[in-house]
Amino acid sequence: MTAVPVELLHAMLASMWRIRAFEERSIELFQAGELPGFLHAQIGQEAVCVGTCSALNDDDYLTSTHRGHGDIIAKGGRLDRMFAELYAKETGYCRGKGGSMHIFDFSLGILGANGIVGAGLPIATGAALASQLRGSQQVAVSFFGDGATNEGAFHEALNMASVWKLPAVFVCQNNEYAESTPRRIQQNIQDIAARAVGYDIPGVVVDGMDVLAVYEVVSEAVARARRGDGPTLVEAKTYRYLGHYVGDPGLYRTKEEVEEAMTRDPLTSFERKLTTAGILSEEHCRTIEAGVRLEVEAAVEFGRTSPEPHESIAFEDVYA
Amino acid sequence: MPEFEELVYREALKAALREELARDERVFLMGEDIADPFGGSYKVTLGLSTEFGTARVRNTPISELAIVGAAVGAALAGMRPIAEIMYIDFMTLAMDQLVNQAASIRYMSGGQVKVPLVIRTQGGAGRSSAAQHAKSLEAWFCHIPGLKVVMPSTAADAKGLLKASIRDDNPVLFIEHKLLTLQTLKEPVPVGEHVVPLGVADVKREGSDVTVVATGRMVQLSLEAADVLAGEGISVEVVDPRTLVPLDAEAILRSVAKTHRAVVVYEAFARHGFGAEIAAMIAEQVFDELDAPVVRVAGANTPIPFAPKLEKMVIPSAESIAAAVRGTLARSL
Repeated sequence: MTAVPVELLHAMLASMWRIRAFEERSIELFQAGELPGFLHAQIGQEAVCVGTCSALNDDDYLTSTHRGHGDIIAKGGRLDRMFAELYAKETGYCRGKGGSMHIFDFSLGILGANGIVGAGLPIATGAALASQLRGSQQVAVSFFGDGATNEGAFHEALNMASVWKLPAVFVCQNNEYAESTPRRIQQNIQDIAARAVGYDIPGVVVDGMDVLAVYEVVSEAVARARRGDGPTLVEAKTYRYLGHYVGDPGLYRTKEEVEEAMTRDPLTSFERKLTTAGILSEEHCRTIEAGVRLEVEAAVEFGRTSPEPHESIAFEDVYA
Repeated sequence: MPEFEELVYREALKAALREELARDERVFLMGEDIADPFGGSYKVTLGLSTEFGTARVRNTPISELAIVGAAVGAALAGMRPIAEIMYIDFMTLAMDQLVNQAASIRYMSGGQVKVPLVIRTQGGAGRSSAAQHAKSLEAWFCHIPGLKVVMPSTAADAKGLLKASIRDDNPVLFIEHKLLTLQTLKEPVPVGEHVVPLGVADVKREGSDVTVVATGRMVQLSLEAADVLAGEGISVEVVDPRTLVPLDAEAILRSVAKTHRAVVVYEAFARHGFGAEIAAMIAEQVFDELDAPVVRVAGANTPIPFAPKLEKMVIPSAESIAAAVRGTLARSL
């Protein structure tokens, strides 16, 4: 931790709170009937989002998933345009045409959250190929869940990235459940990282509840990618506090299991580390949290009061 | 006046690829077995990896999903990839990346990005390759908003349409017919800069009695049928849309309004095919001009059989096209 600049530690904590507060607020709004569609909350997984994106440059590429609000926020996504998108408003990132599962910010290298499980891996592979062909030193990171590692897209992308030594980092947010299906009955391996062996690339298991551990592992993978030494598979073991979507009571897992995971809460544990090391006071932590919650509230207000998309928008941008 | 060279269809495709690789460093090719010395299963890319290097003309693993997916990612990241999928039948393995990703991303992102990529593939029957290497699946892709679909029927069109597809800012499915790719007939092709805009049909033969709208290799068969029918005093106009999406509806409707009769020819399974859309369009827009019902000549609704004798039976022929034209002239509304 001492090697990480204090400003970055502050930023990491703020970013994790930004995700937590964004998700908590979006759940409330969804339950109040203010947001259309459906919502997949990333609460519990914040350390993976922030630890990973803190190791990236602004022009590095990122693909995300249906459960991706935190990924977008960690890469620098604007909360106001995100809430506007959740509200299906014209000021949203996608002008109200993408919604929660499809947030893009091309200016931040975000090549989209994605509603198709596993689809981001080949896309990140292609972005990494573009970087390699140009010699532009950009790295492409793909986030995906444990469920995606049973898709052909995962295997095809890892193999292709490996054989071409592409500057890609594949980060699995292993939250132990593919929708409602626990890992033990969807794959016969202890560690997803073991699948890297099949492609002769490094496969690293990291505690996905520990933002600094994730940061360290991903930083090394990013450095390796920039050196031209090829991709890495990172498995961050984390946990999804809530159901698959907002409204799913999660009957397929025990209360004890969920409570145990919450004792390892990524925000609480990071704050404990920071305060114990004397880097931040408890009061400072609360100031960061309070500031972020104000930011979120302003973003909600922006979304709520923004105009609905003009009718013509339905017919725009089908073709370039 | 442009200068012409005599090229076979395959060479015309290669000329387009070579010229665009030389013109724009963002253009690159990837696909299964496209690099030298193999040069592609239909030899379209033979020599290009030697000329431009294997970084820009690269062999891929047999991973159709990742090939198309990587093309999507590279296109988003500012390149202009051309991916080859060996047979259109294999597009079934890459449908998510083309349909849910490439075709939708611009729209879903609120217009933030462009997806300039070309998928070159080949389709069609005629080589006894049975039901997994011989289909004509263009209708699936025409159905998807966000995709463009191109089917060149001549060497000159192959070159000009491929260059236009590579320069287009949208995902384009470029379908070459395997028998056209293998044919040894040399045709005049403009040298150098020859770009045929997407969305402009071509009247391949003018006529006054009946309009035949045909795509891909069916254009050739329709022209053969027109020759035979001319001997019977029947004047056939053959309209080649060249690009199925975007479609030059105007050219087709104008021709039908002139001849008052229409036969639509396509090699794909008849049911729900591209020609059904053309027939519906004619019925909706120029019904009053028709002197006879619109007729479709298309593939049988069966998988493609292996035996040459059976294979011939399930796809249109010059004879079946000529018979349909005679039939429509014998009818009136």
